[in-house]
Amino acid sequence: MDEGKKLHVHDKVFLSLPLLISIIKLSTTAILFYDSLAFHNKHFCTLAKRQMLSMSTNNLSYSDQGGTDSAVEVGQETTPTSSNAGAGFGLFSVDFKKNEDLKEMLESNKESLKLEAMKRVVGLIAKGKNASELFPAVVKNVASKNIELKKLVYVYLVRYAEEQQDLALLSISTFQRALKDPNQLIRASALRVLSSIRVPIIVPIMMLAIKEAASDMSPYVRKTSAHAIQKLYSLDQDQKELLIEVIEKLLKDKSTLVAGSVVMAFEEVCPDRIDLIHKNYRKLCNLLVDVEEWGQVVIISMLTRYARTQFTNPWKEEGVFDERNERAFYESDEEKTRDETEAKPYMMDPDHRLLLRNTKPLLQSRNTAVVMSVAQLYWHLAPKNEVSIITKSLVRLLRSHREVQYIVLQNIATMSIQRKGMFEPYMKSFYVRSTDATHIKSLKLEILTSLANEANISTILREFQTYVKSQDKQFAAGTIQAIGRCATNISEVTDTCLNGLVLLLSNRDETVVAESVVVIRKLLQIQPTQHSDIIKHMAQLFDNITVPMARASILWLMGEYCERVPKIAPDVLRKMAKSFTSEEDIVKLQTVNLAAKLYLTNSKQTKLLTQYILNLGKYDQNYDIRDRTRFIRQLIVPNDKNGALSKYAHRILLAPKPAPVLESAYKDRDRYQLGTLSHTINTKASGYLELSDWPAVAPDQSVRNVEVKEWAPSLGKTGKSKPAKSSDDKFYSDSGEEEEEKGSGSSSSEDGSSSSSEESGSDAESHVQKNSSQSSEESDKSSSQSEKSSSESDSEKKERKTKTPLQKKTVKPTAKDSDSDENGNIAKEANSSSAEESYSDSDSDSESDSDTHTDSDSGTEHKKETKSKAKPKVEVKSTKEVSLLDLGDFTPAPVTQHKSSVLSPSLLGDLEGLSLSNVSSIIQVSGPAFVPEKSHDLLHRMTGKGLSAQYQFPRQPCLYQPTMVSVQISLTNTTDHPLEQIHIGDRSPTGLNMHCFNTIECLEPEASVTVFMGIDFNDSTQAANFQLCTKEDHFSVSIQPAIGELLLPITMTELDFRKEKGKLLGMNESSATITMAAENMTSQPISRPVATVANLGVVPSSQGNVHRFAGKTASSRAVVLVTVELRESSTALITINTEKSVMGSMLLRDLKLALAQA
Amino acid sequence: MINSLFLINPSGEIFLEKHWKSVVSRSVCDYFLEAKEKALEPEDVPPVIHTPHHYLISIYRDKLFFLSVIQTEVPPLFVIEFLHRVAEMIQDYFGECSETVVKDHMVMVYELLEEMLDNGFPLATESNVLKEMIRPPTILRSVVNTLTGTSNVGDTLPTGQPSTIPWRRAGVRYTNNEAYFDVVEEIDAILDQSGTTVFAEIQGVVEACVKLSGMPDLTLSFMNPRLLDDVSFHPCVRYKLWESERVLSFIPPDGNFTLMTYHVNAQNLVAIPVYVKQSISFFECGSDGRLDVTVGPKQTMGKTVEGVMVTVHLPKTILSINLTATQGSYTYDNGTKLLVWDIGKLNPQKLPNLRGSLSLQAGAPKPEENPSLNIDLNIQQLAISGLKVNRLDMFGEKYKPFKGVKYITKAGKFQVRT
Repeated sequence: MDEGKKLHVHDKVFLSLPLLISIIKLSTTAILFYDSLAFHNKHFCTLAKRQMLSMSTNNLSYSDQGGTDSAVEVGQETTPTSSNAGAGFGLFSVDFKKNEDLKEMLESNKESLKLEAMKRVVGLIAKGKNASELFPAVVKNVASKNIELKKLVYVYLVRYAEEQQDLALLSISTFQRALKDPNQLIRASALRVLSSIRVPIIVPIMMLAIKEAASDMSPYVRKTSAHAIQKLYSLDQDQKELLIEVIEKLLKDKSTLVAGSVVMAFEEVCPDRIDLIHKNYRKLCNLLVDVEEWGQVVIISMLTRYARTQFTNPWKEEGVFDERNERAFYESDEEKTRDETEAKPYMMDPDHRLLLRNTKPLLQSRNTAVVMSVAQLYWHLAPKNEVSIITKSLVRLLRSHREVQYIVLQNIATMSIQRKGMFEPYMKSFYVRSTDATHIKSLKLEILTSLANEANISTILREFQTYVKSQDKQFAAGTIQAIGRCATNISEVTDTCLNGLVLLLSNRDETVVAESVVVIRKLLQIQPTQHSDIIKHMAQLFDNITVPMARASILWLMGEYCERVPKIAPDVLRKMAKSFTSEEDIVKLQTVNLAAKLYLTNSKQTKLLTQYILNLGKYDQNYDIRDRTRFIRQLIVPNDKNGALSKYAHRILLAPKPAPVLESAYKDRDRYQLGTLSHTINTKASGYLELSDWPAVAPDQSVRNVEVKEWAPSLGKTGKSKPAKSSDDKFYSDSGEEEEEKGSGSSSSEDGSSSSSEESGSDAESHVQKNSSQSSEESDKSSSQSEKSSSESDSEKKERKTKTPLQKKTVKPTAKDSDSDENGNIAKEANSSSAEESYSDSDSDSESDSDTHTDSDSGTEHKKETKSKAKPKVEVKSTKEVSLLDLGDFTPAPVTQHKSSVLSPSLLGDLEGLSLSNVSSIIQVSGPAFVPEKSHDLLHRMTGKGLSAQYQFPRQPCLYQPTMVSVQISLTNTTDHPLEQIHIGDRSPTGLNMHCFNTIECLEPEASVTVFMGIDFNDSTQAANFQLCTKEDHFSVSIQPAIGELLLPITMTELDFRKEKGKLLGMNESSATITMAAENMTSQPISRPVATVANLGVVPSSQGNVHRFAGKTASSRAVVLVTVELRESSTALITINTEKSVMGSMLLRDLKLALAQA
Repeated sequence: MINSLFLINPSGEIFLEKHWKSVVSRSVCDYFLEAKEKALEPEDVPPVIHTPHHYLISIYRDKLFFLSVIQTEVPPLFVIEFLHRVAEMIQDYFGECSETVVKDHMVMVYELLEEMLDNGFPLATESNVLKEMIRPPTILRSVVNTLTGTSNVGDTLPTGQPSTIPWRRAGVRYTNNEAYFDVVEEIDAILDQSGTTVFAEIQGVVEACVKLSGMPDLTLSFMNPRLLDDVSFHPCVRYKLWESERVLSFIPPDGNFTLMTYHVNAQNLVAIPVYVKQSISFFECGSDGRLDVTVGPKQTMGKTVEGVMVTVHLPKTILSINLTATQGSYTYDNGTKLLVWDIGKLNPQKLPNLRGSLSLQAGAPKPEENPSLNIDLNIQQLAISGLKVNRLDMFGEKYKPFKGVKYITKAGKFQVRT
C-alpha cells in the first residue's frame, strides 16, 4: 500500500528534466556515500527522498507527505516485512528470513557471496516469488565490475524497476555512463536495460539514448535502439512523433541486423505510415535473404501489406467488369483513365515482381514461420498461376512439430477451399495416422474433404472407411460429417455415400450412429424423392437409437416426409406418445412437430395421439416445449377465434424447405490474412492489421525510386559515367562487410570492363597504326571512353576503306521484360545518353572525312528513331531521369552492352551482325570484348629461309564464311631479296575448310604484309596443317587454336542468359572451384583474364560477385555460357554450360589456369 | 510480441516464469490448465487458446509445456518456432530438456531467456552467439567455479563485431579438425491390411558435426542431387549455388547442426524394408481375441534391419494379454494399453513372431477396429533413397580436415493398418 503512495508522490515530484538530472547526480553521490558507510537502506531512502524534495521548491505539502511516508517506513524497520507478509506472517517468515540473509550477502564485501545471493534472487524471480524488498540491496550492485553480477542485477532491475521507481532511478547514471562505453555490447546492454525499466519519468533520457544509439557505429547497438523504440512507445505514446523520426532514420539503415528490428518497431509504432517504406522498399527486398530469420517474418508480413496498397491486382480475370460498371456510375471523370488502364493487358510492376522474386528462396528456410510468411505473401500477392510454388514447402512443414502442423493445416484448409488444385497432388500427405492428435486429425479430415473431386473421391472414401472404424469416436463422427459433405458436393457419389451411411446405422457405437442419422437426414433433404426405404429403415432403427440428436433427426424426417411413409409415421408417433415424458427436450420438440404434421396430413389416424401429446407438452417443465405446444395447438386445431391462421397451417408447417448446405468451417476464414493469429482463432485479434484491397489504379510508382543527388549532375552533363557509377556503388553497398565486398567487386569489375575496352581499343589501334588518323588520337581526353572507342572504330573504318556506318549494327534494347525493367531503364538511359554523345562525336569526326559523313549521319538518325520508339517509358520519366537510376541494380552491364554496339570494330563485325540478326532477337554476335595481342609463330625465319610468319586471332567474325575463325597472318621478308608468290599449298586434314588469302605476288625485303584467312576448325582444337609456299619453297606449318578462339562473343540479357543456362544443365554443365590469385580478386576485374582466354561477350549481371560471359562456337553455333562467381576467401566458382561438353571442359581448364595464376 | 513465458509440468505446476514486458499474472495460465484438464492426452491441448485479454500459445515437448502469453497479433508459427528453439537451446546447453534440468539450472535458463528475447522479439537464437555470452556448464568448469567463485558468464565480453556470419563465432581452434555428416532418412509409410502401400515417402536430413578451425568454407556435393525434391537449409547454405549447381556451399556453424532436410522425389518408388504379416481378431462370442504378428525383411538392399520395434495401442477394452515372442521381448502397460515388442535385429532365416491371446473385459463389445501397428527400425550404412554424398571440399583454410559420412535409414511414421 505505502508502495503505491510513494509512487504517487514521486510521479508528481519529478516534473522537469533538469531537476531529474540533478537528482540523479545527487543519487549517485548518495550511492557512493551509501556504499562506504553501509547505511541502512531505509534511512538512505528517506535521505535521498528528502534531498530530492527539498529541491522541489514548489510544493511543501509533498514534503509533509514524504515525511509521513518515511515515518511509516521507519516504523516498519522493526518488522520490515512488506505489506504482503502482514497477512500471514507465519507463512512468510521463512521467506523473510531467507531474504534477510540474502540482504546480508548482498551487502557483504565478497564478490562471490554477492554473486551467490544474486543467483538465489534471480532464482526466486524465475519461480515467480516476490523478491521486491531486496531492491535497495540489489540496486547498489549495479555498478559492479563483475560482469555476471552486473547481468544478474540487470535482470533484477528489469523485473522490479516498475514497482520501485524511485530506487530504480539510482541506477540510471550507471547506464548513462555505459552508453558511452567503447564496447558495443556494453552499450547495447545498457540501452536494453535502460529502456526496459518501465519508469515513466526517465522517458526523456530514454529518448535521448535512443536517438544517440540510432546513429551508433555498431549495427548491434542500432538494432537495440530499434527495440528500445517499441519499449518507449508502450511506455509513453506521446513520444510517437519523435520516435517515428528515429524509425525513419533507422529504416534507411543498410545493415541486415537492423532491418528486422526496425520494421518491427515500425509495425508497432506507426504501421499506417506506409509512406516511410517507399524509399526503402527495394532495399528491404534486396536485403531480405540476409536478414535473420525472425526479422524476415516481420518484414515479409509488412511488405505484404505494403504491396497490397501499392500494386494493382494481378488476378485479372476477376470481376473487372462489375467493378467498372459500378464505379463508372459514380465517377464519370475517371472513367476514361480507367478504360485506358483496362485496355492495357496487365503488366506487373517491376517492384511487385522484385518482391516475389526475392522472397521465393526463403521458402527453403528451416524456420517454419518464415516459410509460412512467404506462403501467405504468395497467396495474397502472386498471380494465380504462381501461387502453387508454395505447396511443396507447406507440405514439408507437415513433418515438423505437432503445433506447427496444426497452424499449417489450418492455413492449408483455408487455401484448399479456394484452390483445390494446389494441394490435390499431395492428398496422401493428409492421410490420418492413428497417432495424430485429435485436432490434427480433424484438420486433415477437413482438408481431405475439401480436396475431394470426381476423380479422387473413390480413394478418399476408401480412406474414410478406415477412419470411420477408428477407436477415436469423436474422429469417427467427424469422418461421417466429412462423408456427408463429399456426398453433397459430388453428386456422383451421393448414392454410394448414402448407402454407406445407412450401413453405419447398425454400428455399435452410438456417436457414430447418431452422426450418421444426422448426416443422412441432411442428405435426404437434398434429394427426398427416391429414398422412402431409407426412411423406413431408420424408423426400424429408431428404438435402438438413444442419442437425442439422432432421434430428433429421425422424427423430423418422419414428419417432413410423412406422406411417403404413411403407415409407419403414425406408429412412430404412437411410440413417442408412450415415451414422451422421458425424452430429451429436443426430441420432445420434434415429437410435437411430427404430431402436428401428421395431424395435418392424416388427422383421422392421429387426432387423438396428437391431442394427447399436446396435452403432455402443455404441462412440460420446459417452457420452450410449453410454448411450442401452445403455438401448435392454436395453429392446427381449428376454432372460431383463429380460423384465419389454421387455414394456412398446412402451408406453414409443410412448406418445402431448402436443403442444408454442408460447408467447411474454414469457408470464410480467408477474410483474415493467412498465417496470422486472427486466422487461427477466427476472430480479430487485437492489433490485427487488415490487408487492404488492391487499388484500382496503382499509386505513383516513382515514389520508390531513390534519389541520389551527389552524382547526378555529373552524369547528366559531362557524361562521365564511370566515376559516377563507382561512387553510387559505394552509396548502395551495404554496411555489412560481405555486402561491401560485393559492392567493391562489382565496381572494380566495372572499372575493369571499361579498361579492357580501352585496351581493346588500343589493340585495334596497334593493328592499324599505319593508317590511323591523328585526329582520333587527339579527341578530347576528358570525353567518355565510349567516345574514344567510337572514334577509334572510325579510324579503323577508314583504314579498311569501308563506308558502312558502324551504327548499322544496332543493338536492340534488351531487358524488355518486366523482370529486369529496372535494369532495363537504366541501361537504356545510360545507353542513350552516352550513345548520343558518341554520335555527336562521330559526326564531328566524320566531317573531316566526307566519305563517311552522310552514311554515319543517317545511321545516327535511324538509331535515334529506334531509340525513341523503343523507350516511351524513359521519355515519360525523363524529367527525373537521373533519380531513376536505381544504383543498387546498376551493373557494369550497360557499359559493355553499349560498348558492343558502338564499338563494333570492323566491317566484318557489321556484316556478321546483319547476317545474324534474324537468328535470334535476343542473342546477337557482338564485337570482341578484348583482343589479345599475343601472336604466335607460324614460321620462324630460320626455318622459313628468311620468310617469317606470325599469326594471331583478331577475334572478328570471319567474312568469308560464318563458320570460319578468322586468322590474321603477318608475313615478313627478312631476306635481302624479294619473295615472290607467297600462297598456301596443300592442307593436311583434307576436309579442312579454309579460305586462303590471295597470293602475294611479291614481298619486298624488310617489308611485311598482313593478310587474313579463315579456317573452319570444326569446333575442335585439332591443328590446321597446311603448306605455306613461296615460289621456291614449301614450308609445312600448322595453326593450333586455343579453345577460346573458336568462340564468337554474343550479347544477351541476364534473363536470356539464365534461360539458356537453364536449358544446359546436367551433362552440359562443367564447373570447378578455384582459388584465385589475390590480385585477380581485387585489383583486376574478372572479365579481363576471361576475355584473354576466350572470345566471349560480357553479359550484364545484377550481382556484383557473379560475372557472366556468353559466346557461341564458330562452326556449330552452340551457345557457350560461362559464369564466374566470386566467393569469400578468394575462391571462385567457374561454371561452363554448353552442349559441346568437350569444349566446355577444355575451356574450363584454360580458364582455371588463367584465373588462378594470372 | 511474446509477453511472458511459463514452463509448466504435466501435473500443472508452473515452475518457471519470465516476463519481457510488464508482468502478467500467472493466473492467466488457468485458462490453459482448464484446457489441459479437458484434453485426454497432453498432445491434444490446442496450441492456441483465446482468453479475454491474452492469447496463449503453447507447445508440448519433452513432457513440458512451454506456454507463452501474447497480447497482440503475431504470426502463431513465429511463437511456436521460437518456443521450440528455447527447448532446443535448453537441450543444447544441458544435454536434455526436462523439468529437473531446468530446475537445477534455473538461473542460467533465466539468463538465456533474457538474452534470447528483447521486448518479446527474438534477439539471439543462434547457439553459437548465446554460448559466447553464457557458457554452457561442463563438469570441469562447475568444479572450478565452485572452487574459485567464478562463473559461467563469459568474463571477457566478445569485443569485435558480432560477426557477419551470425551462426559462427570467430577464432575457433581445434587440434583435430573433423567434419562428419550423417545422412539420415526416414520412411513415412502407411500400409494397409493386405500389406499394400497406401502412402510412402522418404524424408531425409543431413546432420553435421563440424569441428574445424578458423573460417572454413565447405562445399558438399551429391552424386545424385536430382533425387532431392524439396529441401530446406540451415541459413548458412548459399541458396543461389544450390539453385544453379546443386551443391551445398556453406561456412558451417561450430559443432552440431542440421545442414539440410529434404524430401525425396515422389516419382521414385519407395522401398519398404520390412513386411508385416499380422492377424488380430476378436471373437464375436466370448470375450476373447487372438494376435499374431510376424515381421520379415523385404527390400533391404542386402543390409541388416536392426532395432525393429512394434508398438501397438490396444483397444481400451482389453483386459489382459498373454503372448509369446519367438524373438525379443514385449512389454505391456495395462494403464495405457500400450504393447511394445522390441525385436532387435531381423534374422531372415528365422522370422520373429509374436502370438497369443487377448482377453477383453467381460461384456464389452468387440472392438470395431483393429489397432494399427507402428513400426520402428533402422538400417545402418544405407540411405534408402540411394542418395550419395559425392565429395566434400574445403576452402579458406590450409589444414586437411578429417571427413566422414554416415548413412542411416530409419522408420519415420511407419504405420501398418490392420
